[in-house]
Amino acid sequence: MRSVLGDRRAIAVLLGPALLVYTLVMLVPMGWSLGYTFFKGNVIEGFTFDGFGNFEKLWHDPQAHSALWFTFKYGLAVSAGQVLCGYLLALLYVFVLRRSSAAVRTLVFFPVILPTVAVALMFQKLFAVAPQNGLANVAVEGLGIHHGDWFASAGGSFIVLVVMDVWRSMGFYGVLIFAGLLDIPEETLESARLDGATGWRLIRHIVLPLSAPVLLSSVVFSINGTLKVFDSVLALTNGGPGSDTTPLTLYMFRTAFSYGDYGYGSTIASLLTVVCLGVTLIIFRFSRRDLTKG
Amino acid sequence: MHHTLKPRSLAVLATATSAGLLLSACGSGSNASSGGAKEFSLTINDDNHIVQQELTTLSKGSCASQNKALPLKIQTLPIGNVDQKVQLLAGQNALPVQFAAGGTPQLTKTLDKAGQVLDLEKTLKDLGVWDDLQPAAIKTVENLYGKFNVMPYQFNIEGIWYNKTLFAEHHVATPATYDELVAAAAKFKSADVTPFSADGKDGWPLTRLVSGYLYRELGPDALQAVADGKAKLTDPAYVKAAQAIADLGKAGYFGKGVGSIDYDTAVQQFLTGKAAMFYMGSWALGDFNDKTKNKIGAANVGFMPFPTVAGGKGSADQIPANVGLPVAVSAKSYNAEVGDWLSCITKNYGAASLKDQGTVSGFKPGGDTGTLPPLTQTVQDTITKTKTSTLWFEALFNTKATETSQTNAAPLVTGSLSAKDFMQKIQTDLDNG
Repeated sequence: MRSVLGDRRAIAVLLGPALLVYTLVMLVPMGWSLGYTFFKGNVIEGFTFDGFGNFEKLWHDPQAHSALWFTFKYGLAVSAGQVLCGYLLALLYVFVLRRSSAAVRTLVFFPVILPTVAVALMFQKLFAVAPQNGLANVAVEGLGIHHGDWFASAGGSFIVLVVMDVWRSMGFYGVLIFAGLLDIPEETLESARLDGATGWRLIRHIVLPLSAPVLLSSVVFSINGTLKVFDSVLALTNGGPGSDTTPLTLYMFRTAFSYGDYGYGSTIASLLTVVCLGVTLIIFRFSRRDLTKG
Repeated sequence: MHHTLKPRSLAVLATATSAGLLLSACGSGSNASSGGAKEFSLTINDDNHIVQQELTTLSKGSCASQNKALPLKIQTLPIGNVDQKVQLLAGQNALPVQFAAGGTPQLTKTLDKAGQVLDLEKTLKDLGVWDDLQPAAIKTVENLYGKFNVMPYQFNIEGIWYNKTLFAEHHVATPATYDELVAAAAKFKSADVTPFSADGKDGWPLTRLVSGYLYRELGPDALQAVADGKAKLTDPAYVKAAQAIADLGKAGYFGKGVGSIDYDTAVQQFLTGKAAMFYMGSWALGDFNDKTKNKIGAANVGFMPFPTVAGGKGSADQIPANVGLPVAVSAKSYNAEVGDWLSCITKNYGAASLKDQGTVSGFKPGGDTGTLPPLTQTVQDTITKTKTSTLWFEALFNTKATETSQTNAAPLVTGSLSAKDFMQKIQTDLDNG
């Protein structure tokens, strides 16, 4: 093995194809997109060099700021919901349902495989007030809480969006964390119980630290997924009312493909890349702390 | 492993496999620009039933031989996605033969500059069918696009359609002034009848009311003044118009959840007697004259122009007129078969749309039009009498301002966005356009 890994030609052979694919599929478009940030225009009208004009525009654009703020807000709310619900589900599978968890796991995982548009249409109907009152509205009104049209306000739309995306993806995180929890040795848990650690104390001092690696992976997956949300917003609220639920991705898409400004669209994409990279680095920085010593 | 591949062979094999995978991922889309059209394709907004139905009828009737040579293929998509789709396809030189000319004339002008739009005046003259077009439609298209480069499948006027039965039942006279219109709405609301059915999901039926008010208040040049930079939407007189429509929403005159109501639902609300009034273009005649959809009966549908505003400069005989969401033809996919289709449509569409749908188009009705339904006759008479026509609210806006206007229309009437902020948002996009 050492002789293979010491051979440069062998390394080239092993890495070459994957590197070629990665370069063509990822790096070239990224470079291309970065190049666009210095231009104005589109493929129909042609491009004109604009220097740092797009970056200046981004700095002063209230719509971009609002989209960035919404992206953070959505990312935080949905990631917290996904990971927390996923973790609670995993605990339920491991410590409560145990061997009989397979059916529940399958049921909870089911929304993950449903098309986003179908789920969004279902939630539109559930929370609709017109032309018919949706089931969710009937339930809310039954509880004596009257909200009116969920989709008429930024807050209402945001709540429905978060509920939908957490419901849609918590099964995935449940299974992911469940796999991590299964790795915790039964002996460790048993000895902790003998030492008197049960319930919340067992979770806080034993389960949580030992499942930290899979939890970290879940958080990174989740944050990166939610910061790049597009399809569920487009299908459920179309970024509305107005542009109140428009994340950076949708603003980028519209700027490039509706307003015909590829340069500015690419600049928004660059901002999104920086945001995703920054958030991931921050998470990794925090994760260096040894939870078993805390 | 006993038989190992040499590194060089392995590299070649792996690279070839990767390249194969990459190439297989790139599907070869049919490009209309290579050798002309293979289908008579049409990409159009899904709420426009008339054009789809009429072209389908022609493909089986008067234009059957053209359809045999070049089969008609219709693709529909939500109106909000039309511009995106058209721009993306244009960027790849892959526009369908016919495509809805976008939510804003500016896009068509841009595509035309890039050589993507067929010069229909020249083409139809070469085909010898230019005289089959209505002069008024030609003028309307030229006013909007600077030249004749869209097919006028519709020639519409806009106004308020109302349910005569409900008006009679509740002793409401046809409103002649805006104040009377608001009073009528209040009366219907108190009787648990939705005063106005409106498609708030798409937004444009609501912004039409803003421009309606503006034209009555400031005269038919109100929005041209904004386009020319002589006025701003944030000027008090313009904000007043948005405020008037916002007040209708605040009073609950659009019913519950207007932002969730789409076009078909809005039509259905009116045609099932749930709403007393419905602001819409005469393209809705297709649905009004359809007995299966119209449960209140075509005889019970009345038409009134947007009423006058007290002290305003505009008058009720200045009617919004347009050619609907017109359809442009791709210059890159033009060939003899497409020419045959265009020729057949220009000769036959006018009479066929009157006969089959009871809707008016920009083509002269050259053949048998059957007996015109009374509503269609009313529209025809109104078109004939109209001396000054006006445009819709976003007609002179850029794409971004158009989208901002339409996506913020529902928030305007539900009260989550003030009239001043609504106009400010649009004006900002106009200034940066």
